[in-house]
Amino acid sequence: MLLKLTGGTVYDPAHGIDGQVMDIYVRDGRIVDRPREGERIDQEYDLTGKVVMAGAIDMHTHIGGGKVNIARTLLPEDHRGDPVDHTELTRAGCGHVAPSTLTTGYRYAEMGYTAGFEPAVLPLNARQAHLEMGDTPIIDKGGYVMLGNDDLFLRMLAAQKDQNAINDYVAWIIHATQAMGIKVVNAGGISAFKFNQRMLDLDEKNAYYQVTPRQVLKTLARAVYELGVPHPLHVHGNNLGVPGNVETTLNTIAGVEGYPLHLTHIQFHSYGTEGDRKFSSGAARIAEAINRNKHVSADVGQILFGQTVTASGDNMSQFRNAGHAHPDKWICMDIECDAGCGVVPFKYKDQNFVNALQWAIGLEIFLLVEDPWRIFLTTDHPNGAPFTSYPHLIRLLMDKTFRNEIFSRIHPDAQKMSTLASIDREYSLYEIAIMTRAGAARLVGLHDRGHLGVGAAADITVYTDDPDREKMFAKPDYVFKDGELVVRNGKVVKVTWGATHAVKPEFDRGIEKEIAKYFDTYHTVKMDHVKVTEQHIAEDGRNHVIVQACKGRRERTA
Amino acid sequence: MDDFAQASAVENVTCPFCGLLCDDLTVERDTAGALRVGKNGCSRSITFFERGTPPLLPRLGGEDASLQDAIAGAAEFLRRAHHPLIAGLGTEVQGMRAVTSLADKLGATIDHMHSKGFMRNLLVVQNSGWLTTTLTEVRNRVDLLVIIGTDVVSLLPRFFERVVWNRDSLFGQDTAQREIVYLGGQNIDTTAGIAPDGRKPEVLPCEPERLPEVAAALRALVAGKKLAATEIAGIATTALEKLAERLKTARYSVFTWSARAMDFPHAELTVQNITETIKILNQTTRSSGLPLGGNDGDVSINQVSAWISGYPVRTSYGSGHPEYDPYHFSTDRLIDRGEADVLVWISTFDPGRIPPATNLPTIVLGHPGMKFDQEPDIFIPVGVPGMDHRGVLFRMDGVVALPIDRLRSSTLPSLGEVLAAIEQAL
Repeated sequence: MLLKLTGGTVYDPAHGIDGQVMDIYVRDGRIVDRPREGERIDQEYDLTGKVVMAGAIDMHTHIGGGKVNIARTLLPEDHRGDPVDHTELTRAGCGHVAPSTLTTGYRYAEMGYTAGFEPAVLPLNARQAHLEMGDTPIIDKGGYVMLGNDDLFLRMLAAQKDQNAINDYVAWIIHATQAMGIKVVNAGGISAFKFNQRMLDLDEKNAYYQVTPRQVLKTLARAVYELGVPHPLHVHGNNLGVPGNVETTLNTIAGVEGYPLHLTHIQFHSYGTEGDRKFSSGAARIAEAINRNKHVSADVGQILFGQTVTASGDNMSQFRNAGHAHPDKWICMDIECDAGCGVVPFKYKDQNFVNALQWAIGLEIFLLVEDPWRIFLTTDHPNGAPFTSYPHLIRLLMDKTFRNEIFSRIHPDAQKMSTLASIDREYSLYEIAIMTRAGAARLVGLHDRGHLGVGAAADITVYTDDPDREKMFAKPDYVFKDGELVVRNGKVVKVTWGATHAVKPEFDRGIEKEIAKYFDTYHTVKMDHVKVTEQHIAEDGRNHVIVQACKGRRERTA
Repeated sequence: MDDFAQASAVENVTCPFCGLLCDDLTVERDTAGALRVGKNGCSRSITFFERGTPPLLPRLGGEDASLQDAIAGAAEFLRRAHHPLIAGLGTEVQGMRAVTSLADKLGATIDHMHSKGFMRNLLVVQNSGWLTTTLTEVRNRVDLLVIIGTDVVSLLPRFFERVVWNRDSLFGQDTAQREIVYLGGQNIDTTAGIAPDGRKPEVLPCEPERLPEVAAALRALVAGKKLAATEIAGIATTALEKLAERLKTARYSVFTWSARAMDFPHAELTVQNITETIKILNQTTRSSGLPLGGNDGDVSINQVSAWISGYPVRTSYGSGHPEYDPYHFSTDRLIDRGEADVLVWISTFDPGRIPPATNLPTIVLGHPGMKFDQEPDIFIPVGVPGMDHRGVLFRMDGVVALPIDRLRSSTLPSLGEVLAAIEQAL
């Protein structure tokens, strides 16, 4: 099967292609250079005047696993506002803030996305995360597994175990949970909450283990680096949402001593304490730090006004913020001496000073960080806003007039505390393609996605170039997934099931003896039953694991 | 790959027959495929694993039939139906995935046999939320366990062995010193709550239907209110005051209850008084809920339903999209009011869970050992998950999902296979 996509205007930043008219050939799901001698073109699409990019990649979106399903269960009233009917082709479900898995897959594809990564897979809940992702159609999936609040790691750290042993444990966890990377959420803080600590700053000690978040972060960042896992340690910082947490974030950047670090939903971690209301923007300082520290990347976690639900592993912060729940109901859970979760529905309002300033802070960060390869477009779905608001967010970044018009309507005191209106930058299509495609693929470690070079998987999105960027990005003309046309004119025309990406760093399997004994003594499941295998993932008859390379395990250091 | 024709002792078997999902059983298989529980059994696992499952043909109108004919017959009933009800739902994750697919296609309503109890918890979740914990946390942290209106062990036989009287724990606790309080209920067997050193649990009994008063009083006391009454449902107020004080000084108290056992009107409000008490306690110390459940796949099927449709069960696909209504879409109501016109009843773990008496055309997909008072129109015996085929089950806490394995050769199809074939035949 050979496809020809003819005459589109291509944006492929991985190859420095910035709006060049060119043809793309796809054979059996992969991009090829040109047809073979005498090879027949089976289907041709005339893309003259159309914008062509790789399929978009959401590198941080809560689409599967316990807390997402709790959010779904918690909010029947929200689902009722967005029912999704069964069609000849697609199954019924529901949308808005915590959509059903089926609707999630359809809607991502209909926006031109071809992959999404669940950033908070708990080791003991990984099977559920993969089951849900397996029921998410069309797009590719993957997850970052959470460490840094689990008893075994904290215990190893407290006992000053050798870094090599830690690396083996980290690699074992990645294998056991079929993960793409490691996430740390409120390092040590979720555990500390179980010992009744209510805050944990970077250099504060966990009451039981006597280790600090700084130690947790540095050790895990180093482990990820030494194992050769392409995705840097994915960090949800300590003190989420706390005014003044900009200091914590800056110290976190400095604290990992140059190891690669990805700071997630950094908007929620960029607050100062200036002004009458002791709440101010730390965006300029954060952006400056990212600009200066080349080992650091971030995604924004933009908030957008309206109803949403926050679902997080950080039950320490979620419990602290539960008073803001809207509607007034929330769930917190301690989980398996491993992790936690907290689900709090939220309504962000443009006439609320704090919410309005949060909105402005997110946009300031987007616009002040200079390198689009190190800043990523997220709303931390659904925590800042549901993923379906991405086209609106893209317009905010690409259209200064539109942005300033909305800015002029938010809470006036928040306007006074923000420099947003003075920032002239507008993102280009090329920069959008970097942050949502090429950069995201590079950051996650998807070697054959996010670009349109020869050999890449043919995940391709085609848009009509419309000056209204919201309209343009909401409804692509065509979306191809692995070379198959899955969306036409913003509607699903074929349901495929995508795959699950994982990495398999090398490690010493001798560590299993110790882990198995630990599980037998203290846990309520056997180590072997925790493991999610490739066979488990393939068991539904549709999904399979794609192993992405860990390029070069580094020399172990003494 | 196992050779199922050989006799064998399979170690580290995960038992699918209660919400604890113990995964340390040894199950012995003889050459005929009969199973016997060796190490780490309990009354429930022995009953369920060792129950005979005679080879059995499907039945159409009470007569033996081929599987193909039974499937074609079921499809015929369902094709003609305007409002099929798929209930019972005693199955695991993969079976439930097939149920939701068929329900979507048919416009059916789905409900579980334990929803009446499950809903009491769910209504609280959807009204005010809660703070809960999981089994490994309890095993390593609980210092005061308050058990409300249940003995726990008739539902979950190894509960105390697994998470209360475990010898080893992570944080230096002397687990034998854990305090157990049975609050409410009458004539509850509290022997499982006796500590290894013989120390007896505290028992504060009341009539089961007066639990609402007791739960409300405890919440008020924990909130710092004074009560004028000297006794609440026969329990001295001073005893409840003492309990409230102990809860405030405990470092990690856990409340557990069986919503199924709270069989009185508006029991959800009693659950809510418990969960709101926990919220108050967490202002100063740590406390968590541990709702009991997980039997017959109730936790699993609600998880699957939630991710597939956005809603737990008592959900209807009748209008083309899922609609959830914990009142209107109950099995009893749909049958009593004649709103459903075909009943599909599923119970793969427990042959005792037979469909409710009804005049509706009834298709049963279930354990081969099922005995009916009223022969269903179609009966298709299916394999028992975790014995005859693989599957996945969620534990009572809704967090840990474990694979359940095939232990022997079986000619019985899985529920998922039968449902897929019916869907195909529509």
